[in-house]
Amino acid sequence: MSARIIIPFYTAGDVLAVVNQPLQTVEEMRATSLQLRRDSLEMIYGAGSGHPGGSLSEIDILVALYFGVMRYDAEDPAWPDRDRFVLSKGHASPGFYTTLSMAGYFGREELSSYRKTDGLLQGHAHPMTPGVEMNSGSLGMGLSFALGHALAARLDGKDYRVFALLGDGECQEGEVWEAAMSAAHHRATNLTAIVDRNRIQNDRFTDEVMTLEPLADRWRDFGWNVVTCNGHEHAEVLRALQTAAEGGPTAIIANTVKGKGVSFMENNPAFHGRAPNAEEYEAALKELA
Amino acid sequence: MATQRASAATRETYGRTLLTMADEHPDIVVLGGDLNVSTFVHLWRDQYPERFFDFGPAEQNIVGVAAGLAAAGKVPFVSTFSVFGTGRPYDQLRVLVSQPSLNVKLVCTHAGILTGEDGMSAHGIEDLSLMCALPSFTVITPADAPETEQAVRAIASTRGPVYVRLPRAATQIVHENGYEFEIGAADVLRPGGDVCIIAMGSLVAPALDAADSLAGQGIDARVVNLHTLAPADEAAIIAAARETGAIVTAEEHYVHGGLGSVVAGVVARNQPAPIEMVALHGYTSSGPANELMEKNGLTSAGVEAAVQRVLKRKG
Repeated sequence: MSARIIIPFYTAGDVLAVVNQPLQTVEEMRATSLQLRRDSLEMIYGAGSGHPGGSLSEIDILVALYFGVMRYDAEDPAWPDRDRFVLSKGHASPGFYTTLSMAGYFGREELSSYRKTDGLLQGHAHPMTPGVEMNSGSLGMGLSFALGHALAARLDGKDYRVFALLGDGECQEGEVWEAAMSAAHHRATNLTAIVDRNRIQNDRFTDEVMTLEPLADRWRDFGWNVVTCNGHEHAEVLRALQTAAEGGPTAIIANTVKGKGVSFMENNPAFHGRAPNAEEYEAALKELA
Repeated sequence: MATQRASAATRETYGRTLLTMADEHPDIVVLGGDLNVSTFVHLWRDQYPERFFDFGPAEQNIVGVAAGLAAAGKVPFVSTFSVFGTGRPYDQLRVLVSQPSLNVKLVCTHAGILTGEDGMSAHGIEDLSLMCALPSFTVITPADAPETEQAVRAIASTRGPVYVRLPRAATQIVHENGYEFEIGAADVLRPGGDVCIIAMGSLVAPALDAADSLAGQGIDARVVNLHTLAPADEAAIIAAARETGAIVTAEEHYVHGGLGSVVAGVVARNQPAPIEMVALHGYTSSGPANELMEKNGLTSAGVEAAVQRVLKRKG
């Protein structure tokens, strides 16, 4: 097997040929995102349950991370020098699993095992799946866990980065702010939190459940650098991630659309946690063609 | 007349034992929550500041960070009071530590009611029930300082999540030099064939005193120190039921979900025998620790009375 290549920070538009790591241009990322949206809906439709809304909102962020920024070796998921990605909003696992599969952690055929007895892909992401760092499904925990990895990097003299993807509704959990306060206190410069700001949570719009704004100010007040971006524009996400690399901890507020890419799922709280029926699934695939 | 024994605070033993392992175990890191002097990890904090992290009283975050450190190959020791370290971050212990079976060592002090005057909220009487309900956790209650030292050394070398329960007050030393602690192996302190007293933590010394008193009445009581509640030494419990036919459990914990419950489950499934449980039957109020132990029957006299009751039920 070829040696790993440590990738210099990726600039949007560049094409870097690397071993074991499929870097993509922004053009290619758009096609990848479209593919992962289709695959995610296929998984949820096949399982008969799951969370389409937050999967569709997070996919462009994941694609930018896995095909533009992160250092990893899919053939050696435990590589000690790998960058870590922690999915804190663990219900949005289909978007994550399709990304991991595309990145080479497991075969595409595994996607059909999602939510099935003895399958590799659990309802909420669990580290039994190659490429999954953290057990999930109870909100608010990912930033603490990511901070643990970030502190371990410092203890071991390693330069890996740690990324945690949080839901916006998830920021109503107190532990998020315990972790935010302590990451700034312990100067976790290698830690990046990304908030998938899709404005909808389980029951309804975040504004109706519990006010989150001014969200960027709140992170800033806890001692974080804050960058805001359009979470569906790969180039913008890449730029935000580059800013985060300059020193953190950095929070990226990624403004997204819940259900992005499927008209009747967009901004529709009903599709936070329910699978499409046959008719809806067919209609969605047509829109994602 | 109870045997006179030396006493020592096991939490201090814990803090001092940690220090001795720093070189041998370079991956050990210690996490605290603003109670570091009380838990004695301030000794480590002051000597190895780069391997110590304080998070203030934010227990959910402490456990979450510990899980991340463990996943990255570190051996995190988390220490705070048992009421804060088990109940407050229970979901993090379940989802981030137990379910992926990460190598987190939760060593809590001030368990039980020996926190006396601090009152009900400071009395940790539910922790064993909580921790035994998490399938991956090993749950250990050392009886005294020598056992604490060995247990702390043993867990550092054993992979997987562990909860260690220590009290605030000094406990009587019941082990002599040469004692060998083994995780999950019951410690038979005294042989006997008429009845078996299975005790834990602060009730081990009173159990031995009760056995001495019973011997004067012609009753031959076996005393077993069941320091590891999960995984429990089922063979030792079954042997006690088979060979003595009557069991008394003694613990400084709520009667549900602790030592009595574990022993009763093993006995009922394998070798039915009458059991009496010396334990707390509810919350208790503020007061000096020894008075609270008296009031709740957690004494050698309480154990002895339970033995008399169980012997009447013995077939």
